[in-house]
Amino acid sequence: MSAPFTDEESARIRADFPILSRTVRGGHPLVYLDSGATSHKPRQVLDAERRFYEETNAAVHRGAHQLAEEATDAYERARETIAAFIGAQAAEVVFTRNATEALNLVTYAFTNGSAGGGGGHGDRFALGPGDEVLITEMEHHANLVPWQEACRRTGATLRWVPVTADGRLDLTDLDSLLTERTKVFAFTHVSNVLGTVIPVRELAERAHAVGALAVLDACQSVPHLPVDVTHLGVDLLAYSGHKMFGPLGVGVLWGRAELLDEMPVFLTGGSMIETVRMEGSTYAPAPQKFEAGVPVAAQAVGLAAACDYLTALGLDRVHAHEQALSERLLAGLATRPWVRVLGPDDLSERGGAVAFEVDGVHAHDVGQILDDRGVAVRVGHHCAWPLHRALGVQASTRASFAAYTTFGEVDALLEALDRVPAMFGLEVSA
Amino acid sequence: MDLYQELILEHYKRPVNVGLREPFDAEVHHVNPTCGDEVTLRVRVRGAGEDAIVEDVSYDATGCSISVASSSILAEEVTGHSVTEARATFEAMRSMLTSKGEDPGDEEAIGDGVALAGVAKYPARVKCALLSWMAFTDALHQSEGVNQ
Repeated sequence: MSAPFTDEESARIRADFPILSRTVRGGHPLVYLDSGATSHKPRQVLDAERRFYEETNAAVHRGAHQLAEEATDAYERARETIAAFIGAQAAEVVFTRNATEALNLVTYAFTNGSAGGGGGHGDRFALGPGDEVLITEMEHHANLVPWQEACRRTGATLRWVPVTADGRLDLTDLDSLLTERTKVFAFTHVSNVLGTVIPVRELAERAHAVGALAVLDACQSVPHLPVDVTHLGVDLLAYSGHKMFGPLGVGVLWGRAELLDEMPVFLTGGSMIETVRMEGSTYAPAPQKFEAGVPVAAQAVGLAAACDYLTALGLDRVHAHEQALSERLLAGLATRPWVRVLGPDDLSERGGAVAFEVDGVHAHDVGQILDDRGVAVRVGHHCAWPLHRALGVQASTRASFAAYTTFGEVDALLEALDRVPAMFGLEVSA
Repeated sequence: MDLYQELILEHYKRPVNVGLREPFDAEVHHVNPTCGDEVTLRVRVRGAGEDAIVEDVSYDATGCSISVASSSILAEEVTGHSVTEARATFEAMRSMLTSKGEDPGDEEAIGDGVALAGVAKYPARVKCALLSWMAFTDALHQSEGVNQ
C-alpha cells in the first residue's frame, strides 16, 4: 500500500500549479475541490505547450520543411508517451478533442458501419433492429446520450444496468440484460458523481462471453489510479486530457489495434485519407483515419508532459493520497447528521470524489455558501441526471480531488459547510 | 453574504400561494438543465385585452432557495394585478437580475423582488431566479390563445 503525499511533498507539488496560490471572493485562498470537472495545469505542461508553439509550431503530417518535420515528430512522440502511460501501443491511440468526441467517434463508427460506410470491414460495427446496446444508469451523459442517438439512428434497442440505493451497479439481472443480442456494453470505470469503482475486468469478460464489445469511459480513472489497458480487458477506452493536468482540447480514444483497423471512420476530410478521387476515397490506416483535419499537436505535447508529470509522482501514490483525502472527508461528514453521503460506504470501492446532500438545503445553495469562503465544489447533477433520479436526489454537492489537494483543504470544506445549517435555520443536533 | 437576505429565506421556507390549483388557462413546465431545478406553473386569467387580470398563479417548484423564493415572490407580486402590470413587473425583474449589479431594483415595481438584487452579481444563479418568471410569461402567452 502506497502512502499519501507528505506535507512537504504536497507543498512541492502545489508550487508547480500557479493558479493554486490565487485568492477568490475577497481574499480567501482558493480551495479547489472540483478537479473531477477539470484539473489545473502544472508549469511543466504549460511550458511544454508554449515550447511547441515557440519553437516547432507547424501543421503536423503535412509539408516537408524542417518545422513540419519537428512538429510531426513532437506529435508522434507525444502519442508514444500517452500510449505507454496506459500500457498501450502508440498505433492504438487516437487523439480527439475530448472524451465526449472520443465516445461519439465510437457511436458514429457504429452508425456508419450500420449503413455500410466509413471504410470499415467486418460486422462488429453494425447495429440494427433486434440488436441491443447496454449501458448503465450510472453513466455521465457523454457515455449515455451518444448511445441513445446511435440506437435511434440504427433501430437498435438501448438497455441499461440499474444502480442500487447505495450507488453500486445492480448486477443481479445482468444475464438477462447482457445477451447474444448485445453488440456493445459501454460503462464507466469510476463514477464521476459517487466515485464508485466498477469491476471493469469482470464486466468486460461478461461482455465478451456474449460476443459484445466492451467500451470504457475512463475519464475518472486514468487521472487518478494506475490504468493498464492490457489488464482491464476492454476493447475501447476513452478519456480526456484536461482532467489529468493536460490542456483543454485534447482527448484520447484507445482501441485494440485489430479493432481500430475494422472500425469505420467518424470525421472525414484532410489527413485521414489514403487516396481521394471525385468518385470516392480510401482511408489511411488507424490511428490516422480517425484524425481528420490539422491535429491538436500542441495539446498532445502538453498532455504527454502531463503523463510524465503524473508518472513522476507515481499513480499508486496519487491514488493513495486521494483515498486518504476521501477517508478524511467521509469521516468528517459522518459526524454531521444533517449530511447524507451518496455512494458506497466502503472506501476500497471509491475513488477521489465524494458527493453529498444537506437536508433541506439545495446543492446550489450549499455550493454558494462554500464559494463564499473560497471553497470551489461542483453542484447540480454533474452531467449524470439519470443517476441522480435513480438515487432519488434532485442535485448534489461534489468534492473531487487531485494530487495537489491537501488535507487542510478537506478541513476547510468541512468548516465552511458548518455555516450552512445556521444560514438556513436548520435544527442541528450534534 | 448579501445573497441570502432574510426575505428570500422566508419565501423559501413558506412560499406564497404554493401548489397547483384549478381552474387554469395554461400550464407550463420549465427546467434549469444545469442543476435540474423544475417548476410547473399554472395561470388563470380573467377578462381579455387591457382589462385582463391575473386571477391566480399556482405552482410546484423544486429547486434551490433562490428559485423557490423567486416563484413565491412572483405569485405575490402578480396575482390580482392586470396582465399589463404583471408584464411590467417581469421586465423590471429581468432588468435587475441581468444587470450584473448595476440595477438595484425598483421596490415600487417588484416589491419583495428587490431582495433578489444580490443574485445579479452571481451569473450562475441568475437562471435560478428567472426560471419561474420565464415560465410565467410563457404561460401568459399560452393563455392568450385560450382567451381569444
